[in-house]
Amino acid sequence: MTETTLKTIFGRLGWESFPIHEPILFGTFIVVALLGVAIVGAVTWFRLWGYLWKEWFTSVDHKKIGIMYIILGIIMLLRGFADALMMRAQQAIAFGANEGYLPAHHYDQIFTAHGTIMIFFVAIPLVVGLINFVMPLQIGARDVAFPFLNNLSFWLTAAGAVLTMTSLFIGEFARTGWLSYAPLAELSYSPDTGVDYYLWSLQIAGVGTTLSAINMVATIIKMRAPGMTMMKLPVFCWTALCSNVLAIAIFPALTAAFFLLMLDRYVGTNFFTNELGGAPMMYWNMVWIWGHPEVYVLVLPAFGIYSEITSTFTGKRLFGYTSMVYATVVITILSYLVWLHHFFTMGAGPAVNSFFGIATMVISIPTGAKIFNWLFTMYRGDIRFELPMQWVVAFMLTFVVGGMTGVLLAIPPADFVLHNSLFLVAHFHNVIIGGVVFGLFAGIVYWFPKAFGFKLDPFWGKVAFWGWVVGYWVAWTPIYVVGLMGTARRIRHFDDPSFQPYFVIAAIGALIILVGILGFVMSIVMGFVKREELRDTTGDPWDGRTLEWSTSSPPPAYNFAFLPVVHDLDAWYDMKARGYERPEGDFRPIHMPKNTGTGVILAGLSLALGFGMVWYMWWLAALSFIGLLAVAIGHTFNLKRDTFIPAAEVAATERARQPLIVGA
Amino acid sequence: MPSPDSSLMRRAAGLPLLALSLLLGGCDMVVMNPTGDVAYQQRNLILFSVGVMLLIIVPVMVLTVLFAYRYRRGNPNKIYDPSFDHSTTLELVIWSCPLLIIIALSAVTWTSTHLLDPFRPLERLAPGVPVPPDAKPLNVQVVALDWKWLFIYPDLGIATVNELALPVNVPVRFSITSTDQFNTFYAPTLAGMIYAMPTMRSELNAVLNKPGESWGYSGNYTGRGYSDMRFKLRGVEGANFDRWVADVKAVGSGLELSTLVELIKPSEKVPVMHFATVQDGLFDRAVNRCIEPGKPCMIDIMRQDMQASGGHPHHSHPAPAMPPGREAEPLTGAKPKPALQKAPDEKGTSPNVTKPVAPEPPGQTKPGDARNRDQSAIEPHPVTGARRAGQA
Repeated sequence: MTETTLKTIFGRLGWESFPIHEPILFGTFIVVALLGVAIVGAVTWFRLWGYLWKEWFTSVDHKKIGIMYIILGIIMLLRGFADALMMRAQQAIAFGANEGYLPAHHYDQIFTAHGTIMIFFVAIPLVVGLINFVMPLQIGARDVAFPFLNNLSFWLTAAGAVLTMTSLFIGEFARTGWLSYAPLAELSYSPDTGVDYYLWSLQIAGVGTTLSAINMVATIIKMRAPGMTMMKLPVFCWTALCSNVLAIAIFPALTAAFFLLMLDRYVGTNFFTNELGGAPMMYWNMVWIWGHPEVYVLVLPAFGIYSEITSTFTGKRLFGYTSMVYATVVITILSYLVWLHHFFTMGAGPAVNSFFGIATMVISIPTGAKIFNWLFTMYRGDIRFELPMQWVVAFMLTFVVGGMTGVLLAIPPADFVLHNSLFLVAHFHNVIIGGVVFGLFAGIVYWFPKAFGFKLDPFWGKVAFWGWVVGYWVAWTPIYVVGLMGTARRIRHFDDPSFQPYFVIAAIGALIILVGILGFVMSIVMGFVKREELRDTTGDPWDGRTLEWSTSSPPPAYNFAFLPVVHDLDAWYDMKARGYERPEGDFRPIHMPKNTGTGVILAGLSLALGFGMVWYMWWLAALSFIGLLAVAIGHTFNLKRDTFIPAAEVAATERARQPLIVGA
Repeated sequence: MPSPDSSLMRRAAGLPLLALSLLLGGCDMVVMNPTGDVAYQQRNLILFSVGVMLLIIVPVMVLTVLFAYRYRRGNPNKIYDPSFDHSTTLELVIWSCPLLIIIALSAVTWTSTHLLDPFRPLERLAPGVPVPPDAKPLNVQVVALDWKWLFIYPDLGIATVNELALPVNVPVRFSITSTDQFNTFYAPTLAGMIYAMPTMRSELNAVLNKPGESWGYSGNYTGRGYSDMRFKLRGVEGANFDRWVADVKAVGSGLELSTLVELIKPSEKVPVMHFATVQDGLFDRAVNRCIEPGKPCMIDIMRQDMQASGGHPHHSHPAPAMPPGREAEPLTGAKPKPALQKAPDEKGTSPNVTKPVAPEPPGQTKPGDARNRDQSAIEPHPVTGARRAGQA
């Protein structure tokens, strides 16, 4: 075959694109390949493909999609954390004559991948997964508003994650930092596949996130149980609503920014180049118009989780429910008005800087009110320090420090010395780990028995807790300090040996967090091993207060045989207090959505489209794009979308799970 | 309105300062211990606001631990009141406490942001020492190149690379730009940081109060040479500064446009260079992207465009008499052909070069070559006639 034919088929993919010369990547590839073969082999051996396809991959059940999101998030957490360990190791040794073990080319990919993966493929899937699983149960619905869309959203997110992971073994990932700022991300300065992988992964995943957000908002607005007015909505659902309203508004800005950057790279426009009037600064504005509210997209649901847990484990109604709701809404609105604080140092002028600085500080007022509300929920409570509640207390003590450094960074002249330093890096890890990650772990521990019918192993759960909390402080306190010593972020090699002890301590902290992560994985494994001992036989293992605890663990496919009627906030607590009795007869057929494989197919085609565009295989991109359109249009003619669960089957299911609910 | 160094601020600053100094007595936190007056005011602002915020943070943390301990299930002596879920008085308190703190901080933010605006000419050299009315600030033009810093002293007619010497207690006005990437000019001990951006000129007014050496950095990631893109910041007393200037002028060649063309090519870990003379207008050419010989300057293109459209910015048509050379090949980071315009043979391959630095000959300078960005040059490009400091 001629060179031209080969290039037409394979684009810029060649043998050199595979990192066979690179020991770290090659070793990783072998391990991943062996694991992959083992998993595929096991699934085949146990004849699980049919089960996985029918019951999970094509499922439109919000509970299963939520669980798949969370599994995706946990897998990607392991990848993102491996990147973190490599960075900490490099910074701990690369002093003076020692260049460390990572060349700039590799190190720069690692910090880019770490940030991208942790936000887009860990935090977002975990948050969306929890909302997916919990929210319809809490509002007493049987599924989300658009069940097929939900399945598609998940698979698009997964396709983005797969494309990012592909860059580890075929070609390279971006070396531009997690937001791929122009002009560095332009073709002139980043001509290889890295930025293309970045853009296509995030565009595909971004479509998934946007669709999912629309779905969740529609569900909360339209599908609440009878009697559940907005002011009787559980706080977690309120935060989910605000978070998804934010997501709907901001993701288009990111998609547009990425689209313009793609035009620059593929068509040769000059939106963000230095030439011909291009404005790189516009790119910064557009990504941060997405980027700052994104922080709240992640942290608001975490606030909701803390609220639910605090209320449950103190045995009290949440203190100041109304003020909590208004605080959430105020944060939602204000978060649109602060993006410029990410680049005070571009010299926008004192009036503009002051406006954005003060707007940023104002957010701390509703956030502070929230902290006080949790505090006064604990006041005169009867606090059970089960694992979820321990996470809440750790969050409150950790997060306030991150909030304080955040307000500090919001003061423009203070930001002039702290911006882009490791102090800033320590600040956002303080709020994201202390706020979002702690909340996600708390939520996973709290709702795990609802999803699987048994609790996580408490010993390993405690190992996870202490590993994360102690590890966080050991890892990030020294980074705050080196930030005050004037160290910029993303540095690969240092000359000044006086920094080294701090980076060594930080590396030790990262290892303690590793213990926490392993402890978390072990708590799932040991929970499964000891599942009979940890079995939840009541459906209400924590003495909960919201509707998800009124059904069995795990809930039946239709969640509720009869839609609950809500009379009060904390509906399940109210029902328990009034001596609620479960109906045992007179079941009706239940109308449910039908599974479909279209989501998997569309996501697979998007993945092929992304891969073809990254590698300049135009035929592949064209074919998969036509395929996308054909399948999407074809699916609109699929009218067999729903099914009725017959009354007899509902009655049988209800009888079978009755012992699970009454604790017999 | 309190200025950032008012006595109130200093008193409030005492508490965290004490705590910090106890915790971190050993290390040299330049941000907390600066030698320039602007950075000193920024430091005070940080301490003041941390102090004010601790007024609310500390009680919250104490109450969290206290409530968690007192209201635990195992405590038989606690009051359990499940109906306590609302209190208008408490709500007022918990919304107004953060509000009051933020009002105080907002006032300080508004004033300090205006007083410490990098574009604002200095009004004082040190606490209580106003700038003498006849003092003229020293102009320094900063150009961020990949990956080194070029400092041009237009008033003195000299230039340096990766060394910034400043006379102490003399106000300095920096004009800052960049040739390719968004960098930040970050001198933590002098005055914080400001972005250095291509096609734009930013400004920073600062003063150094103590002689001594420290480091300045780029704070924004720009590619593989970023880690070592730093400069030595030297504060020099008056007479010594004149001697330093004379020293630079005595030895070495000049910085001409042709020298800059060489210098602009990417290189890493560049040692200090001195230039005895400087061609006029180099900084303006850097801002207007016309360092390449024959390329018209941005400002001229814009002016012609405006004139052609009768001064109306939204009706611009290319001027008939557009200066030639607009398509001149840039020296670095030449724009490669966009992907969709490439013929199959032009696609090249995208290799994975994530491997230990290869001992290839550094410094390919073919315009537009992707390797210009990936070069593993440890040595700088030899610039014709330039003297490397320390070698003469």
